Amino acid sequence: MAALTDLTIAEARAGLSKKEFSARDLAEAHIAAVAESRQLNAYLVETPERALEMAKRSDEKLARGQGGALEGMPLAIKDLFCTEGIQTTAGSRILGGFKPPYESTVTAKLWQAGAVMLGKVNMDEFAMGSSNTTSAYGAVENPWRRRGDNRPLVPGGSSGGSAAAVAARTALGATGTDTGGSIRQPASFAGIVGIKPTYGRCSRWGIVAFASSLDQAGPMTRSVRDAAIMLGAMAGHDPKDSTSAPLPVPDFEAALTGDIRGMKIGIPREYRIDGMSAEIEQLWQQGISWLKAAGAEPVDISLKMTKYALPAYYIIAPAEASSNLARYDGVRFGLRVPGESLDEMYEATRAAGFGAEVKRRILIGTYVLSAGYYDAYYLKAQKLRALIAGDFAEAFKTVDAILAPTAPSAAFAIGENSDDPIAMYLNDVFTVPVNLAGLPGISVPAGLSGEGLPLGLQVIGRAFDEATVLKVGDVIERSAGFTHRPQFMAGGRA
Amino acid sequence: MALDKATVARIATLARIKVPESDLERLAGELSGILTWIEQLNEVSTDGVEPMASVAEMTLPMREDKVTDGGSPEKILANAPQQALGFFLVPKVVE
Repeated sequence: MAALTDLTIAEARAGLSKKEFSARDLAEAHIAAVAESRQLNAYLVETPERALEMAKRSDEKLARGQGGALEGMPLAIKDLFCTEGIQTTAGSRILGGFKPPYESTVTAKLWQAGAVMLGKVNMDEFAMGSSNTTSAYGAVENPWRRRGDNRPLVPGGSSGGSAAAVAARTALGATGTDTGGSIRQPASFAGIVGIKPTYGRCSRWGIVAFASSLDQAGPMTRSVRDAAIMLGAMAGHDPKDSTSAPLPVPDFEAALTGDIRGMKIGIPREYRIDGMSAEIEQLWQQGISWLKAAGAEPVDISLKMTKYALPAYYIIAPAEASSNLARYDGVRFGLRVPGESLDEMYEATRAAGFGAEVKRRILIGTYVLSAGYYDAYYLKAQKLRALIAGDFAEAFKTVDAILAPTAPSAAFAIGENSDDPIAMYLNDVFTVPVNLAGLPGISVPAGLSGEGLPLGLQVIGRAFDEATVLKVGDVIERSAGFTHRPQFMAGGRA
Repeated sequence: MALDKATVARIATLARIKVPESDLERLAGELSGILTWIEQLNEVSTDGVEPMASVAEMTLPMREDKVTDGGSPEKILANAPQQALGFFLVPKVVE
């Protein structure tokens, strides 16, 4: 039998039900794996006692035949989710030592379903970044390395700790959040699966806010089936989030039939961007052939506003962030730097508490919302957002799903792309439009780059049609047969 | 749009972030670069387009106007940098 840390959630579920091992065995194996992987800097807080306690309860429930959908499954939680009594920093110095007095809805639902908490994982500060290098608690290392090159690589971001933790076999799955690609891009960089659900599918209550009209939580796992299982437990209406959709949660796992015959798959011509590498184009073509071979019909579509999605996003997201982050003022929680007056205290606290990228975005957001510039920037961006969403709506009149690359490149080295903020922003060129339109999108590992690094393909679906997104993602996973493993794995030996 | 140092200083004050004089030049350059890149949006005519604030196609739900939470001042104060007698403490704001 495979090591307990190398199982998928579905395999671990089967093993528990056949009593091949206990939830305690699973928890212990993963606690050891977490400790063994500290060099990656993925975990900010380890909660082994909590994990053992939860595993004990899971074993008791399983013995009574009462296990939930994730009973006994050890998970890592992105440090953006408030966890009652356990430090939650959002990767920022300004929230250092903050212990929320409440639990986020999504994590509460995971514990309700029987999941076991291993700890809180690292991320870009306030989820602003594509490399996990903006964290106040240090960069995270990708468990993958380029062939013949031992330089540490970024795991992507902002859910970089989640991606590294899952890829390195220290957790069976992890929560992520995705405002402009923060689940899908790190999933692609780390060779795992990540789905950003439709805006409104998972409650945002208790998740530290970045850009409220774009933020959405989702699972990061080592298989599409695992993503379906975990999403089922995370999703659902929550009266505490007024944008949470009052819709029933379908059985996502049941959608994985492998049957996509007759489905129309849109191939957006504007995603063929200038300077895109040949291997990304090749992977995309390979994906199209797989879906064709499975009986689907590729359809050429046009999403003509694609090139404007990134600049529109870099008005809307910073504008919302500048407003959301106004709450960090040194009064009620988090860091305080004393000052002579209240204003001086605010200014000193925020200067010391926020990192460079967060400050940059707050300043941009403040500027585009300031008197005299609101119409020229913010309103203009909201109009572009309407056009971008309109492009997708038009396309979905004829197609059932859209296939595109997840990111324009494979993982890069820590320190690369760090001089020019716009070069870093371009990582999200294929993912940001999906957030602006509020649609579901999944990244599935589909192949390796010439340097031996994982590359993902993205499937985008209609609003609240995660079932189709998962179904098509599952076909890509089956066709790709991606069995490559990172150079670093807990438990040793790649 | 090129921002000058005075404009960056004004935005920083609005955002309540202390920026030392020595950083203004660099920040003005970075922010100007981002704004210039953003301005490609002006290539697109958006006359008559309704701005989109949210993708959630629903009217915000109303609930009964009653207290559903509260009565836990110690929880609320637990993370306060400074507190006394059940209140948050801040520097003096009234002369």
